[in-house]
Amino acid sequence: MTDWPAPAPGAAPLPKMIAAQAGLELKILFRNGEQLLLTLIIPMLLLVVFSSESLISVGRGARIGFIAPGILALAVLSTSFTSLAIGTAFERRYGVLKRLGATPLSRAGLIAAKAALVLAVEAGQVVLIVAVSLLLGWHPVVSVTSVFSALAVLIAGSAAFCGLAMLLAGTIRAEAVLAAANLAYLVLLGIGGVLFPLAKFPPAARPVLLALPSGAMSDGLRAVLRYGAGVPGKDLLVLAAWAVVAIGLAARTFRWD
Amino acid sequence: MNDVPAVEITGLVKSYGRTRAVRGLSMRASRGQVTAVLGPNGAGKTTTVEICEGYLRPDEGTVRVLGLDPQRDGRALRSRVGVMPQSGGIPSMARASDYLKVMASFYASPLDPAKLMDRLGLTESARTAYRRLSGGQQQRLSLAAAIIGRPELVFLDEPTAGLDPQARHATWDLITGLRASGTTIILTTHYLEEAERLADYVAIVDQGRLVAEGTTAELTGSHGQLRFAADPALDTAGLLAALPPDSVTKESPAGHYLIELPGGVDPQVIATVTAWCAEQGVLARNLRFDGKTLEDVFLELTGRDLRS
Repeated sequence: MTDWPAPAPGAAPLPKMIAAQAGLELKILFRNGEQLLLTLIIPMLLLVVFSSESLISVGRGARIGFIAPGILALAVLSTSFTSLAIGTAFERRYGVLKRLGATPLSRAGLIAAKAALVLAVEAGQVVLIVAVSLLLGWHPVVSVTSVFSALAVLIAGSAAFCGLAMLLAGTIRAEAVLAAANLAYLVLLGIGGVLFPLAKFPPAARPVLLALPSGAMSDGLRAVLRYGAGVPGKDLLVLAAWAVVAIGLAARTFRWD
Repeated sequence: MNDVPAVEITGLVKSYGRTRAVRGLSMRASRGQVTAVLGPNGAGKTTTVEICEGYLRPDEGTVRVLGLDPQRDGRALRSRVGVMPQSGGIPSMARASDYLKVMASFYASPLDPAKLMDRLGLTESARTAYRRLSGGQQQRLSLAAAIIGRPELVFLDEPTAGLDPQARHATWDLITGLRASGTTIILTTHYLEEAERLADYVAIVDQGRLVAEGTTAELTGSHGQLRFAADPALDTAGLLAALPPDSVTKESPAGHYLIELPGGVDPQVIATVTAWCAEQGVLARNLRFDGKTLEDVFLELTGRDLRS
């Protein structure tokens, strides 16, 4: 064990560090069965089952026209919130974040890597969900406005859920995050307008449900993709407000170890 | 610039709530050397190292690492300093080789991950997830990650805790090799043998304070012992007369002789002993001399009581 190379310290360029870190997290994600179940298998299963069977009444029009936007919202919920919260909480618990703090990768770089990972996974989910939905006979409204509005809703919703995920992951115990993030996934699956139309809920509850990020996402996506409405300003505003508040709080409260 | 010590700590104080972990510690570590921070559990070793690494903010006192302030100049230090935490810090699902490649990609001129794994005997586990590695493999991967960026200074927090003798020796060889390449190493340990073998300089810390520092030779002082085996029941009065004053000879058990030399063992003493043996016509077998061990010094300074 002789002739070790002499010290040659120095940091790599930031984009290289971010790409490497995001790549590792992506590899870990693909090797984690529970995460794949959450981000890919459950949304796909729900898409296929609920679009073909009349399990629920979804109002006029093709069933898939209602289900597909809801599943897109669910995909963002699973990746930006549940998966990110659980992953980050355990990284904190096992000292992974702390150890990264001693490397040249800055905290901003780590957050950029996580954002890149979330966006990459969501891009994959969206492509897959749209492709399967089209095969199931989906005819979304396609125009410059609808495509950009839908992307804006997906990105704003993703930002809001990422903020909430980091708020949770940075403040409470990993086991509690695991329970809370999975519970929130199930609850929002039920009341987030993903599978069950918000119109079926009591009128008094509707404004509240629409003010939740999942409700605003599914509502905005349906408005543009199903009904060809213009830019869903109110939903975007709700999502932006959630994003600003959650990210702001997370930045103040996040504990790295 | 190489006159700047690797680490210089002055009057460091750090408390957690009502627990005072570090109570006015001062020490320095020179560049190009292995410095061992030795102390019983709870002595404040890890707290001190974590302040040097920039994780913790000191309550009082100053800490300079490579002449920089770990709090203010953390960014500049992170590319120059390698850190091996006491445990963990590696994603449990990551494969050993994937993790090391990512760590390598954080640095400008890193070591080759495959070669490093080979040198550390990790090649066969390259595709194994961290959580499925043995304890020794996990420690070696953690050590590899600390040095892959070719840092000029490495902090190793109990690098051989829980390792089997083979893995411990492999780690010692690596530390010796790193030192020879010009890397400065600060290691905390409570294994006295580790400090004795590796360290150019030893700082003994207890209850948040520095209680002794120096080279192993300085710490163990000049007190020496000389042992040999020969025929039983020799009359050692003549020998004693020829040795320096205050020397003591003992025979215990029969045929095993111990000479205590408060002034230390020097070539003259050995010549005197062998000349006396030749005069007596006896063959001295297993002639060897020991100083006071670091363990003796450590226990004298930190006490023999068990601490909870």
